[in-house]
Amino acid sequence: MSRKLRAVIIGPGNIGTDLLMKMKRSDWIEPVWMVGIDPTSEGLKRAEAMGIKTCATGVDGVLDHVLADDIRVAFDATSAYVHAENSRKLNDLGVIMIDLTPAAIGPFCVPPVNLAQHAREVEMNVNMVTCGGQATIPMVAAVSQVQPVAYGEIVASVSSKSVGPGTRQNIDEFTRTTANAIEAVGGAKQGKAIIIVNPAEPPLLMRDTVHVLTEDEPDQDKITASVHAMLEQVQKYVPGYKLVNGPVFDGNRVSIFLEVEGLGDFLPKYAGNLDIMTAAALRTAELFAQEADKGNFVLPARS
Amino acid sequence: MSNIKGRKVTLHEMSLRDGMHPVRHQMSLDQMVAVATAADDAGVPWIEVSHGDGIGGSSVNYGFAAHSDMDYLRAVVPQMKQARISALLLPGIGTVDTLKEAMDCGISGVRVATHCTEADCAEQHITYAAKTGLDTVGFLMMAHRAEPAQLVEQALLMESYGARTVYCTDSAGYLLPDGVTARISAMREALQPETELGFHGHHNLGMGIANSVAAVAAGANRIDGALAGLGAGAGNAATEQLVAVFNRMGVETGIDLFKVLDAAEDLVVPMMERPIRVDRSSLILGYAGVYSSFLLFAERAEKRYGIPARDLLLEMGKRGMVGGQEDMIEDLALTWSRAASQ
Repeated sequence: MSRKLRAVIIGPGNIGTDLLMKMKRSDWIEPVWMVGIDPTSEGLKRAEAMGIKTCATGVDGVLDHVLADDIRVAFDATSAYVHAENSRKLNDLGVIMIDLTPAAIGPFCVPPVNLAQHAREVEMNVNMVTCGGQATIPMVAAVSQVQPVAYGEIVASVSSKSVGPGTRQNIDEFTRTTANAIEAVGGAKQGKAIIIVNPAEPPLLMRDTVHVLTEDEPDQDKITASVHAMLEQVQKYVPGYKLVNGPVFDGNRVSIFLEVEGLGDFLPKYAGNLDIMTAAALRTAELFAQEADKGNFVLPARS
Repeated sequence: MSNIKGRKVTLHEMSLRDGMHPVRHQMSLDQMVAVATAADDAGVPWIEVSHGDGIGGSSVNYGFAAHSDMDYLRAVVPQMKQARISALLLPGIGTVDTLKEAMDCGISGVRVATHCTEADCAEQHITYAAKTGLDTVGFLMMAHRAEPAQLVEQALLMESYGARTVYCTDSAGYLLPDGVTARISAMREALQPETELGFHGHHNLGMGIANSVAAVAAGANRIDGALAGLGAGAGNAATEQLVAVFNRMGVETGIDLFKVLDAAEDLVVPMMERPIRVDRSSLILGYAGVYSSFLLFAERAEKRYGIPARDLLLEMGKRGMVGGQEDMIEDLALTWSRAASQ
């Protein structure tokens, strides 16, 4: 029996397609199905050309194949509105759901901060927060691991071309979900998130700024060391994650200036926001697969 | 300039929102109430009250305000006899939740602002506001970065979401009258006749008043002004100057010139931490097409990192930075100061 977990991707847009391209290279996850709702969608055609089974009738169209194809993990790259239904139907069949929408019905997962804990607890639905959250929350956590953080604020600047219609129509979901995760995962007592869409040509690389207010005077040496250690953790799955400036200290303010260059799989390298999301989601599924392989994590039984 | 005699223009007072930038969002509740009351008494029909970067803008990145948006609104709204109060909302910074809170404080209108090419980020906010019956305005910022045809496309999107007014917003004070005429005329031609058009000017190249007059001539009927020009950069078109010029041109504003003159001189000028004028930094904003509220951040970075504000602002313009990217100023200063020390 192959140790790889077999997967379905829901949503053949930018995120779903980029995820598929990364998954094709994975030692631990095998993409089997791509699910959409529009038979004429470019994304489904692309997936088909890559040798993936496709269906255009939404999640319902794939439910009958889940057991036969031994699908163990699903990635939802649609929008927050349909996620809860998708998740319930697939969870009932013993499929672990990795949620890339801002629905956040399951616990937030930011791999270098809390993935190991989710794997231990065999969470059936984990939420990948947002692109801005994946890029910044590790750094909020890097500070809060050193000393209490009263307030964490992030500013994500993304190129216009890398922001799809789903994000634009639900931009509030980005700010809300990211702010909640800055608190829940980053460890800040209060979180705030800002997103800026920049149309410059040629497109700018994703930039992320993290401003943290510590409760007491910041321990500069410890925070600097913690930030650099966290940087290495994120770089393991997002090689283009870079500390451009900082940490800068100004009173109780600690500011960290980051840049995320993508691998250029589906969208060009400027779309680091896409990469950090898909890379984190894949990293999450891979850890589940590795833990299952070691016997630390028992997949739901199937006849 | 075409004859605009007999036209009616609705002025929108900016000193208590755009004017928050030059005072680092530190206005007291008493100051706000005093200015708003004076503007109300002078017949100013609309007054905007918000953090400079809109409701929800209070932050490390843009500066924490002395009071919350809701405290400002709750202090001002009940004091108004005829003026209506609006709030500014930038999707990506504020949310529909923030808007709902502001509505609970009694705002009559909201202006939903995006960069001039990103109108579709405002769909959920404009749709929601329009449904509730708020006076709903779409506010296309940094309008010089979109050619007239592109600006029209974006204005049509905002109109389709439910905006009853769409603004051409010259956030950088970069446009010259011809550019204003081209944009407003193109919008006037394409949008529904009942959709109102607005213009928001900055005085960075000294064109605030001339641009506003050009906008009216091209079909705009809502114009932003700030008492004593209190706004980001070299300030907005000054309300009292707009009223005086429109009086001379036979354009009706319904505003008492002498009362706004007194309010500007007696209440607003004393609040200024620096003269709001075209100086060597604010002129560069207009010259290089840079978001006006970057001014203080560039000057702060100059003090801390020794990089001239002018160089920072020019580079921000070259890199195509948009409103809200204040963090990139300190980032650039850090990068350059490190390069200089190596």
